[in-house]
Amino acid sequence: MAGEIDARSRYRKPALKMTPEEPDPRQPARSRSVGSAPLPDAALTGSRIRQRRLDLGLRQRQLAREVGISPSYLNLIEHNRRPIGGRLLLAIARRLDTTPEMLSRGAGEALVAILAEAAGAHPQSGADPASAGQLVARFPGWAELLALQQRRLRVLAQTVQALGDRLTHDPKLAAALHEILSVVTAIRSTAGILTGGRAPEPEWQARFLRNLREDSQRLAESAQALVAYFETGPAPGSEGPALPHEALEAWLDRRGWHLPELEGAGGATPEEVLHGAPELNASPSLRSLALQWLRGYRDDARRLPLGRLRAAADACAGDPVAIAARIGCDLALVLRRLASRPSRPGQAGVGLLCCDSAGMLTFRRPVEGFDLPRFGAGCPLWPLFQALSRPMAPVHALLEPAGARPLRFMAVAIAQPVPVGRLGEPQVFHAVMLLLPEDGQADGRALPGAWGEVLPVGPGCRACPRQRCPARREPSILPGAD
Amino acid sequence: MGSHILLIEDEPNITEALRYILQREGYRVDTHSDGASALETIRERRPDMVILDVMLPHRSGYDILRDLRAEPTHADLPVMILTARGQDKDRDLATRYGASRFMTKPFSNAEVLATVRELLAR
Repeated sequence: MAGEIDARSRYRKPALKMTPEEPDPRQPARSRSVGSAPLPDAALTGSRIRQRRLDLGLRQRQLAREVGISPSYLNLIEHNRRPIGGRLLLAIARRLDTTPEMLSRGAGEALVAILAEAAGAHPQSGADPASAGQLVARFPGWAELLALQQRRLRVLAQTVQALGDRLTHDPKLAAALHEILSVVTAIRSTAGILTGGRAPEPEWQARFLRNLREDSQRLAESAQALVAYFETGPAPGSEGPALPHEALEAWLDRRGWHLPELEGAGGATPEEVLHGAPELNASPSLRSLALQWLRGYRDDARRLPLGRLRAAADACAGDPVAIAARIGCDLALVLRRLASRPSRPGQAGVGLLCCDSAGMLTFRRPVEGFDLPRFGAGCPLWPLFQALSRPMAPVHALLEPAGARPLRFMAVAIAQPVPVGRLGEPQVFHAVMLLLPEDGQADGRALPGAWGEVLPVGPGCRACPRQRCPARREPSILPGAD
Repeated sequence: MGSHILLIEDEPNITEALRYILQREGYRVDTHSDGASALETIRERRPDMVILDVMLPHRSGYDILRDLRAEPTHADLPVMILTARGQDKDRDLATRYGASRFMTKPFSNAEVLATVRELLAR
């Protein structure tokens, strides 16, 4: 019964419940319901006495007798309903083999403070900061756990803040920028001397010209190093092991996203391909993800062989919708197959994104210039997600991702039902989006058709600089304006 | 005799350019490039003004400034801080540690000269 009250008290404060009758001291203290009137932190001596007594397995009646008070009076003290101090506290502390300070102040004052802080930070929880001390006294383990979590939260909050301030967080980036600013400062100052109203003496002039030459060389090198840093990101391995989907992507990227051994009849089975690729066997989750993907690739290749795709693509000027109509297959298959064609040298790659109906990205072939979030959801404006609200209808748009380079991508997406096993099974949808760089798409031509206005999109809200966006669901960690 | 300026900066070409424009204005300029011995150098040379870079080898300009301000003889010494970071919190830090002025790189020669003139006229 006591357990029920404890469970309910998570949702609302329990009614004041006194237990004048002595409970069984062998029962663990934490499973018991104790009266709980809100009291100031300082007045928790009674709760600590009770806790200590229960820890020692001493009955209330026995302790009362030994210190010369009535059991009901001790009960009131233990429920913080009567003040206690002086000789009585001393006597009780001695009998409980502790000090009056431990009982009156408790070891958990720091704990109380941090719990009060936690409660204060989340007033909507209904936790009363003033009763933090009672929690510490009665449920020390739970209180310690809460305090640990509160401390952990503090650390995480600081980490997030540091990540937001990349200059602080990323020493390599800070050093690179500092180097560039130093050289620029020297160049600006030197150039100011050389071009100012008063020309320096010839020997000084020669010296400053030499400095300028040196500095401009240094500036070029620093700028190149900075660009290289942004292209590649932090050194591999500096962020711990890759996630399974990242490992699969890396492997596919090395293979050029095209697996000839799974094309056509008489090739390898998906299991054989998996067996022959040690990188895909690093973990069970990676292995199962890779096998699922390889089987999908094999099925797609059977349904739409490369030769047929090529012929139809040539006849339809690369338009995926026309290709699907010509072949009489579904558009999602065409989009996937267009993204697994062997790439020709010098051609820009294409991108492919797949998601389930929850918006979770299930497959990603990245394309240069179109940033994808490393974790979490993408940009709600992507046709990939728009397609989910219009199943079976092709959605297309000309996208301009946020970024320094003004690149545009032709995006074609569709959401299709996934075949279900039997009547009554829930119908789920998967969406696919093909991304073709506007100025370098796979067959060197722009896709025909009306592309309409350019749609500005982002990589997902957290890393998107477009502040004023109707689809924004959370603030960006990037500083700066729209 | 012009005022005596101590320039503490580890980037040789910035040092050279600044020294040139300051000397041309008639100031006497000493230079120093190491953070660890900067405080000692200020004590020895007794300049009328210090131009102090933040990112110095071995010791930050902020630390040098803080220790400098703790010495009563240097409580009012004009100190111009040079930094590549112009964020508010860096500015706040410099002000809290007692910088007379705060200059963000890349600055123009005219800005530097105007600020030096203003600080020495106080």
